[in-house]
Amino acid sequence: MQSNAALEYDYSVAKLFTYTTILFGFLGMTIGTLIASQMAFPELNYLLGEYGTFSRLRPLHTNIVIYGFTLSGIWATFYYSAQRVLKVSMAESKFLMFMGKFHFWLYFFGALAAVVSLLLGITQSKEYAQLEWPFDIVIVLIWVSWGIGMFGLIGIRREKALYISMWYYIACFLGIAMLYLFNNMAVPTYFTSGGLGSIMHSVSMYSGTNDALVQWWFGHNAVAFGFTVPIVAMIYYFLPKESGQAVYSYKLSLLSFWGLMFIYLWAGSHHLLWSTVPDWMQTMGSIFSVVLILPSWGSAINMLLTMKGEWNQLTENPLIKFMVLASTFYMLSTLEGPIQAIKSVNAIAHFTDWIPGHVHDGVLGWVVFMIMAALYHMAPRMFKREIYSKKMMEAQFWLQTTAVVLYFTSMWIAGITQGMMWRAVDEYGNLMYSFIDTVEVLHPYYAIRALAGVLYLTGFLMFAFNMIKTMTSSRQLTEEPQFRSPMA
Amino acid sequence: MGLRELQGYASFFMTIFLVVMLYGYIVYLYRSEKKGEKDYEKLGKIALDDELDSTPVNTSDPLPSDEKEQNR
Repeated sequence: MQSNAALEYDYSVAKLFTYTTILFGFLGMTIGTLIASQMAFPELNYLLGEYGTFSRLRPLHTNIVIYGFTLSGIWATFYYSAQRVLKVSMAESKFLMFMGKFHFWLYFFGALAAVVSLLLGITQSKEYAQLEWPFDIVIVLIWVSWGIGMFGLIGIRREKALYISMWYYIACFLGIAMLYLFNNMAVPTYFTSGGLGSIMHSVSMYSGTNDALVQWWFGHNAVAFGFTVPIVAMIYYFLPKESGQAVYSYKLSLLSFWGLMFIYLWAGSHHLLWSTVPDWMQTMGSIFSVVLILPSWGSAINMLLTMKGEWNQLTENPLIKFMVLASTFYMLSTLEGPIQAIKSVNAIAHFTDWIPGHVHDGVLGWVVFMIMAALYHMAPRMFKREIYSKKMMEAQFWLQTTAVVLYFTSMWIAGITQGMMWRAVDEYGNLMYSFIDTVEVLHPYYAIRALAGVLYLTGFLMFAFNMIKTMTSSRQLTEEPQFRSPMA
Repeated sequence: MGLRELQGYASFFMTIFLVVMLYGYIVYLYRSEKKGEKDYEKLGKIALDDELDSTPVNTSDPLPSDEKEQNR
């Protein structure tokens, strides 16, 4: 294939996924803020009858932010950056263009139907895998169409070496494909009950401890291959590109990649510490979680060192700020997770608010910050306009950083208080507190978390506004910026 | 020896095997670069020089073409 000067990268699919990232981000975070407020003020459970209760909305929140916002962000950045690092345009293949659009529209309507099904309470009751079997089949089709698009692009590439980001995207594709298939093996109850059950409602093919193990092998690796691997793919492309600095050590990036692949898959059993799974398996989960610090920090430190000698950019360019903070929060949450996976710490942390606290410093500080930074970087190149407002970006950064800090500090205190109160016994060995005692003590921390939600959501609305203005009314650019994104 | 115990041992030895593989890979990366057989660091430029019409940084073998000649 010869290089063609008139040919350009085609961002039409990346743009479509950018729109859904903003849409699902807004939806998911709004519901998140509502349910956080419900924890502090339970009357808010009765706003919309059965559709507004915490139990109905919580899976909706997790599914929309994971499979709506994050997946859209992953695909927006993939369809943008994969073309660039492979030096091939989607416009060069009608088939790949068709697959990309097919991928998007199947995903978009599938995701909307999935949102409705969860709102109606249709669920197979497995955490992060609530969607019933017809949706599972649609998800497999969506995933396969992404795979065809990805390997199709790789097949016609000009750049023969696969950049490290591509390795991470491939790992995301393969990892989730394997995990999703195994965890969603289910049979409709109609077939297991001699015709009495329902065709729509299914139960897992595993039972008891085996079900728990498969579930958390999936659940934890949904974090690995959904919240870590593709986000690392993004930072390995967008931070060097925005700063104009090549990645500090390419060898370290390769090493961290294989280390992460090797270790992450076996850490999931730390979700089942002190449960009925075999003891050696719990210990293995603990050990692998602690060792996981190494490859995680390998990537994060590599990113920080990429900024070596260029730290002035941190004060001059808010996009760099977003990405450096994302990398820092990645380090924080990948240190915190292993600490929680130590058996003695887990004895206090398990089932407490420290766990959602940990999850949210990872997702709010790392995943969302990185996705927003990536979309900000892409916008001037995709829409050929400068970013609408630098000032708004700065304000958004500080507002959301404050929100993340409020979220995780309040949940640290709440979680440890809760864990200690549950375990406290008097001199006769009787429990000192009933459950409601803990709820009363935790109320202020729940209120702080709700406030954090409001702040973070406000920041996200600023992001959405800034992006929409960039797309529609910002100053037009005559040529594509090479490194630093132009902003007004 | 029950199945559970066997699984435990299998997991342990698989872990040792994979650790050896991973460390072997580290040694391989550094040694091949030291010997001048490969240049991994230049692959970092793929992200920076990513225009459609810019010259590809590499073929599938991360070895610069001039060094390739020297090594022959």
